[in-house]
Amino acid sequence: MPELFSPALIMIAAAIAIGPARGHLRTGLVLMAPLLTLWAIWQVPDGVQDTVRFLSYQIEPVEGGPLRRLFATVFALMAFVGGLYAFRLARWYELAAAYAYAAGAIGVSFAGDLITLFLYWELMALFSTVVVWCGGTPGARAAGIRYAIMHLLGGVVLKVGIEGVVVSTGSIQIRPMLAHDFNSWMILCGILINAAAPPLSAWLADAYPESSPTGSVFLSAFTTKTAVLALLLLFPGEPVLIGVGLFMVMYGIMYALLENDIRRILAYSIVNQVGFMVCAVGVGTELALNGAAAHAFAHIIYKALLFMSAGVVIYRTGKNRCSELGGLYQTMPLTTVCCIIGALSISSFPLTSGFTTKSMISQAAANQELVWVYMLLTAASAGVFLHAGIKFPWFVFFQRDSGLRPKDAPWNMALAMLIFSVLCIAIGVYPQWLYQFLPYPVDYQAYTAGKVVFYLQLLLFSGLAFFLLLPLMKRTETISLDVDWLWRRAAPALIGWLAVFVRPMQVAFSRFMEACRRSFASFAVRYLGQPHTADSDEHGLFARSWRIGTTALWIAILLSAYVLVYYI
Amino acid sequence: MSDEHRVQFLSRPRVVRRLWWLFAVLLALTVLAQAVFYVKGYFTVDGWFGFGAVYGFLCCLLMVLLARVLGAVLKRPRDYYRERDDA
Repeated sequence: MPELFSPALIMIAAAIAIGPARGHLRTGLVLMAPLLTLWAIWQVPDGVQDTVRFLSYQIEPVEGGPLRRLFATVFALMAFVGGLYAFRLARWYELAAAYAYAAGAIGVSFAGDLITLFLYWELMALFSTVVVWCGGTPGARAAGIRYAIMHLLGGVVLKVGIEGVVVSTGSIQIRPMLAHDFNSWMILCGILINAAAPPLSAWLADAYPESSPTGSVFLSAFTTKTAVLALLLLFPGEPVLIGVGLFMVMYGIMYALLENDIRRILAYSIVNQVGFMVCAVGVGTELALNGAAAHAFAHIIYKALLFMSAGVVIYRTGKNRCSELGGLYQTMPLTTVCCIIGALSISSFPLTSGFTTKSMISQAAANQELVWVYMLLTAASAGVFLHAGIKFPWFVFFQRDSGLRPKDAPWNMALAMLIFSVLCIAIGVYPQWLYQFLPYPVDYQAYTAGKVVFYLQLLLFSGLAFFLLLPLMKRTETISLDVDWLWRRAAPALIGWLAVFVRPMQVAFSRFMEACRRSFASFAVRYLGQPHTADSDEHGLFARSWRIGTTALWIAILLSAYVLVYYI
Repeated sequence: MSDEHRVQFLSRPRVVRRLWWLFAVLLALTVLAQAVFYVKGYFTVDGWFGFGAVYGFLCCLLMVLLARVLGAVLKRPRDYYRERDDA
C-alpha cells in the first residue's frame, strides 16, 4: 500500500535506527535519511492518496498538493543540513529526537485529515521537548518542562476544537474555515499557541536558547512553521490573524532590542518573522498566501543559518551573551560572512531571499488597500534590520575586541552554513525558482528599480539610526520579563500567599481528622479487634474464638436455612 | 604573540572614519537614486521623495526609544529566575 506510506515514516525509521547504529553507519543514516525523504516527498502526487477506516472515520494519512510539498521539502532540506551541521557534535539521542521531530513536521505537511494532523502535531511536541532537554543544563531541564506543559496545553486546546468540529460537521477533512464558533476558535487557538502568538508566546524565547548549540538549529525550523502551514490550510483570510500577526511583528522587535543573549535575540526574531506570515494568512489573497508560504520557506533557511552561526560561536567560545562577545570577525571569517548573509536575508535586503518573499506580503497588503498594515509591515522591515540585521552580527562579530580568538567553524558546520548561504542568495537572485513551487500562480515582479531604491533607503537609514543610537542600545546583563513571569513568579507567589490563609484551616482540619481516627480506632478495638496482649481477656465481640462444635452447629443451621429459603 | 594585542582592523580610528564617509556617500546615493528611478507610492505619501529614508530612520528611532521605556519596566538581573530553576 504505497499510497498510505507517508514520507514522514522514513524519518521516523531513521530516528529509531540512529540509536543502535554506530560510526559511519550512523553518519550515513543521518545524512541519507532526509535525502531519501526528500525524494519520497516528490513522489507524492496531488490529492488524497488513499483512505483507511479507523473507528467510523476515513483517515487520509497522505494528501499531496503544492503547498504541502513546499513545506515538506523545506522541512526535509532543513533536516539534512541540520543533520550535517550537528552529526559530529550532537549526542545520538539528540539527533534521534530531532529526526523524530522533523518527521512530525513532515507528517503534518501531508496530513489529509484532522486526526492524522493531531497525531503528528503531538509527535512534534514530544520530541521537540526532548531536543530542549538535550541542552543538558538545569536551566534546559526546567525550560523543557515549561515548554512541554505549554505544548501539551496547546495540544489539548486543539483536540477540543477538532472534537467539536468532528461532532458538529461529521467530517474530519482539513478544509478552510473561519473562526466563527467555539470549535473553530479552539482549533485556531491551539495552532496559534504553536505559532508563538500572544499571549502565550513566551515559551519560544524561554526554551530555544536553553537547548544545545545544535538543538536550537532544529528547533528554529519546525514548530512555528508547521503552525503557519496549518493556518494556511485551515484559516486563510481569517481577519483576526492580521492583528495577531502585527502584534507578533512588533513584540519580536521590542524584545529582541532589549535582549543580551544572542540566541534569545534570534528567538524573538522568529516570533517577529512568523508575525509577517500570520499577517499574510490573515490578508488571505492569493498573493498574500503565496507570500506566507514563500516567506516560510526562505525564513527556515536564513533563520537556521543565523542559529548555526550563533551555535558555532557558542561552541567555539562557550559564551552566549553580546556583552561578552565581539571582534570575532578576524578569526572566524567564514562564520561572519555566513551570519551576515543570513542577517541580510532576514532584513529582506535586495539580492537575498527575504527581499523576494517578504515584499510579496507587503505588496499583498498594499493591493488590498490596507494602509496601516502596509505601513506597519514596512516599519517592521526597518525594525528587523535594526534588531537582527545589524544588531546580531555587530555585537557578536564586530563591536569591540573582546580578546577572544576562537577557531572558525569545523568543516561540517561550515559546509552546512555554506549550503544555506548559497540558497539564501540563490532565492534572492533567481526568485522564479521558488515561485514555481508556490500554491497559486505567481504574477509578481520582485525586482523593480523603484522597489529596490525604496528598500535600500529604508534599510540603510535604519542602519544609520542603529549606529547613531548605539549609546542607547548598550548591552546590559539583564533579561526582560515576558508573559511567562505570570506562571514562573506570580502564580507561585499567589499560592504562597494563599497558603498563609489556608494554613490555620489545614491545622484545624488535621486535628479533626486525628480525633476521628482515634475514636474509630477505639471503637474497632472494643468490638472487632484483637487484644493488645496475648493473655488478655479483653477480646472484641467479633474477635473471640469459638468452639468447633458450636461453629459446626451454626453452619448446619445456616445451610438448612438456605435450603429452605431456596425452595420457598 | 604580539598580534593578539594589535588593534583590530575595524577598530582603528582611521578605518572607522573612512567607513563613515563611505556609508554617508551610500546613503546620499540611495536618496538621489529616487530622482532617476520612479518609486511607486501606494498611498501617496510613500511615493514622496526620500520617504523610505525618513520613514526608516524615524521608525527605528521610535522603536529604540520605546524599547528603552519598556526596558526600564521589564528588565531584571540575569539571575532573576535562576535560584528557582536550578533548585
